[in-house]
Amino acid sequence: MRKVAIYGKGGIGKSTTTQNTVAALAEMGKKVMVVGCDPKADSTRLLLGGLAQRTVLDTLRDDGEDIELEEIRRGGFCHTLCVESGGPEPGVGCAGRGIITSINMLEQLGAYAEDEKLDYVFYDVLGDVVCGGFAMPIRDGKADEIYIVVSGEMMAMYAANNICKGIVKFAEAGTVRLGGLICNSRKVDNELELVLALADKLGTQLIHFVPRDNDVQRAEINRKTVIEWNGAVPQAEEYRKLARAIDSNKKLVIPKPLKMEELEKLLLEYGFLN
Amino acid sequence: MKTYPTTEAVRDELVKSYPAKVAKKRLGQIVVNKKDEAGLVPEIKANSRSIPGIISQRGCCYAGCKGVVLGPTRDIINLVHGPIGCSFYAWLTRRNQTRPEGSESENYMTYCFSTDIKDENIVFGGEKKLRKAIQEAYDLFHPKAIGVFATCPVGLIGDDIHTVAREMKEKFGDCNVFGFSCEGYKGVSQSAGHHIANNQLFKHVIGLNDQPPEGKFKVTLLGEYNIGGDSFILEEIFEKCGMTLVATLSGNSTIAQFERAHTADLNCVMCHRSINYIADMIEKKYGVPWFKVNFIGAKATAKSLRKIADYFEDAGLKEKVEKLIAEEMAEVEKVAADVRTRCEGKTAMLFVGGSRAHHYQELFAEIGMKTLAAGYEFAHRDDYEGRNVLPKIKVDADSRNIEELDVKADPVKFRQRATPEEMTSRGVPHRDYDGMMPEMENNALVVDDISEHETEELLRIYKPDIFCAGIKEKYGIQKNGIPCKQLHNYDYGGPYAGFKGAINFYLEIDRMVNASVWKMISPPWRKNDMPELEADYVKT
Repeated sequence: MRKVAIYGKGGIGKSTTTQNTVAALAEMGKKVMVVGCDPKADSTRLLLGGLAQRTVLDTLRDDGEDIELEEIRRGGFCHTLCVESGGPEPGVGCAGRGIITSINMLEQLGAYAEDEKLDYVFYDVLGDVVCGGFAMPIRDGKADEIYIVVSGEMMAMYAANNICKGIVKFAEAGTVRLGGLICNSRKVDNELELVLALADKLGTQLIHFVPRDNDVQRAEINRKTVIEWNGAVPQAEEYRKLARAIDSNKKLVIPKPLKMEELEKLLLEYGFLN
Repeated sequence: MKTYPTTEAVRDELVKSYPAKVAKKRLGQIVVNKKDEAGLVPEIKANSRSIPGIISQRGCCYAGCKGVVLGPTRDIINLVHGPIGCSFYAWLTRRNQTRPEGSESENYMTYCFSTDIKDENIVFGGEKKLRKAIQEAYDLFHPKAIGVFATCPVGLIGDDIHTVAREMKEKFGDCNVFGFSCEGYKGVSQSAGHHIANNQLFKHVIGLNDQPPEGKFKVTLLGEYNIGGDSFILEEIFEKCGMTLVATLSGNSTIAQFERAHTADLNCVMCHRSINYIADMIEKKYGVPWFKVNFIGAKATAKSLRKIADYFEDAGLKEKVEKLIAEEMAEVEKVAADVRTRCEGKTAMLFVGGSRAHHYQELFAEIGMKTLAAGYEFAHRDDYEGRNVLPKIKVDADSRNIEELDVKADPVKFRQRATPEEMTSRGVPHRDYDGMMPEMENNALVVDDISEHETEELLRIYKPDIFCAGIKEKYGIQKNGIPCKQLHNYDYGGPYAGFKGAINFYLEIDRMVNASVWKMISPPWRKNDMPELEADYVKT
C-alpha cells in the first residue's frame, strides 16, 4: 500500500487534482482510499457525487466511542473509499488536534488493515502546514510520499517551498519523501519553465503539468470528476497521465528548500524578465 | 560549633557541575549577602525563566491564581475549565482553612469543580461545555459568585472564557461570574498567576459594596491565606485590640469581604509578592494607603501591631495593643526560653514562597537558630532587595505578557486616608518593603529558584538541622537525614502566626530538630558496601 499526501497552497486545486487523479487510478483498477484532512470536509464530494459524507469527528462526537468503520467510510466512484476527517467550525477549537484524533481513529478501526487490500491511501490536507495537527499525515510514517500542487504564481511557489521545509524536518526523522510537484496551471507566463526550475532547485521533479481546462469546472458543477463526467475529453487523459506517472514514480527524495532570495531570483529569471 | 567553607566557595561548588552557560545564569541567582553602610545589598537575578532540565521548586501560573489567591475563599465556586487533573490535584492541597458562620453557610472549598474537558472539546472548542458547567453549578448551589479558571489546553484552543462568564453573569442577574486567563504556561512561575488573580479581583469584585462594617479602626489584611488556621489567630488579635477587619485576602474570607475591601482605612500587606498589586491599585483608586506587616514571629507581630496603632494615632488603641503584647509575650518568652535551651545555635535553611523564606527567619531567630541560607521560589528582586530597587527592575517579555491595569483615582469614591507626609509624621512607613536580604546576616547565602541539585549540595556541605521547603522537596531532604518542615502547608501543623502561633512553631521545631530518628538514618548503599553509580554532566 502506498500512502500519499497532497499538500499545497490554499485554493490551488488540491482537492480537485486529488479526486481526479484518484478517479484515474481507480479506473486503472487500483483500490484507493481518500482521507480528507480539511475541517471543511469537501475533499471527497466529486467522488461521492456531492457533500454526503458524515465526518469522523462528527460521528465520534455524536455516537461516542462505539463506531464502526462503515459509519465513517463511504464508497465512491469506481470502488474508491472516501473518509472525511472533519473538524470544528472556523475560529473554534483545534482543527489540528482533530486530524490527529481522526487518523488515530481510522487506524484503530482497521481502515488501513491488510485485508482491506488497499493499493493507495491519499491524504488531502488543508492549505499550509499551520500546526502540528496538519503535519500528522507526514508524521510517524502515516504518509510515505508527498506531492505538492503548485502553479507558476509566486505565493503558490512560496507555499510549496515552505511545505518542503516541513518535509525535511520529518524526512530526516522518518520515512516520508517528496515524490514531486504537480503543476495545476494558472496560465502564468513561462509557467512550465518556472515550475521545472523550481522542481530542479528543490531536487525533485515536475511529475505532471496539468493544463487549465474549463471541463474541470463543468465536471465539478455536476459533482463529478472529469473521468466520470466525460472520460473522453482531453483533460481526462491529462489526469490519467498524472495517475500513471505517480503509479510508476520511483523518484522519492528529501527536498532541498530554497532561501527566500533564491526563490525571488528564480521568479525574476523566468517570470518577469522575459 | 560546625565550621563551613566560605560562602563564596559554596557558591562556586553549587554550580561546578553545570555547563558554562547554565552556571553563568545560576551565579546571577546565587548571591552572597553583603550589606553596605547604606543598608544596600547586592543585586540578585530573580523572576527569570527556570532552565530546562533543572528540577525547579516552582509551580505554574494556574497554581498561583486558583490555588493561592482564590483558593482560600469559601463562597466563590472555583470552576476549573480544563482536563480533570488540573482541578483534582489542586484540590485542598494547601491546607487553607475556613470557618463558615453557621452550618447552613456556604462553603465550596471541600468541593472540586471542573469542566472535565476531553479530546472532543479540544477539537470542537469547550465553550459550550463551560456554559453548561456554569449553569449546572448555579442550579445546584445558587452561589454568589463563580470564578472560571483557564488551563493550558483552553488557552491553546482559544476558548473565550471571559465572554462566556459575562453572558452567564447577565443571564443569572444574581451571581457574579468572572474569568481568569491563568493558563499554566504563562509567566515564569506561579507569580504570574498572583498578578492575574489580583487584576481580575480588582476589575470584577473589589469596590462593588461601598458600605464598610461598623468600627473605628478599619483595616484589611492582604496576602494572608489561613494556612493551618493562621487567620483565625490574627482575627482574634485584631478583635482584642478593637480593630475591625474589613477583609482578608484571602484567608477565611468571603466574597462579601472582597466587595468592600476598599472601604478600610489601612491595608496591611503580609505576603508582598502575591498581593502588592491589589494594595497599589486600591491606593490609587480609593486612597487607602498600605504598608508591610509581618505576623510571623512574636516580636514581628508586636512590631506590626504597634505600626498599625501608630498609624491610627489613637491612645486607646495603643493602650490595648500594648496590653495584649504584654499579656501574650509573657507566655511566648517562657516557652522560647525553654526551647532555646535545646535549639540555640542550631541551623536552618528556608527555600520557599515569595515571603515565607523571609518571615520564618524571625521565628527561628527567636529560639536562637541561625539561618544559613534562604531563597524564594517565585519572588522578584524587590522581595529580596527591597522596594527601593523597583525603578531599576528591567521588565522582560515574560512579565510584559501579564496585563498591567491602568488604574486612576475614582472621581467619587477616592478619599485619601493619609498622605505619605502624614504617615511619616506618625512615624509609620508608606508602601514599604525592605526585602529579605537586608535582614539577613552578612555572608549568608541567598539562592533564587533553587534546584534539586543545589539543594542536595547545600545539605551535603552545611548539614543544617532543619530545611524548610515544600512537598516536592520534602522526601529528598529527609532521605539525607535532615528534617524538612513544609512552609507551604505546614505539614499537619499550625497555626504559626501571631503569639500563639509562635509558640506552636517553637515547639514543633524543637520536636523536629531534636528528634533522634534523623541520626539513625543510614542509606542502604552506605551500609551494605554496594557499588555506587556515577555519572558526569555533559559539558558544553
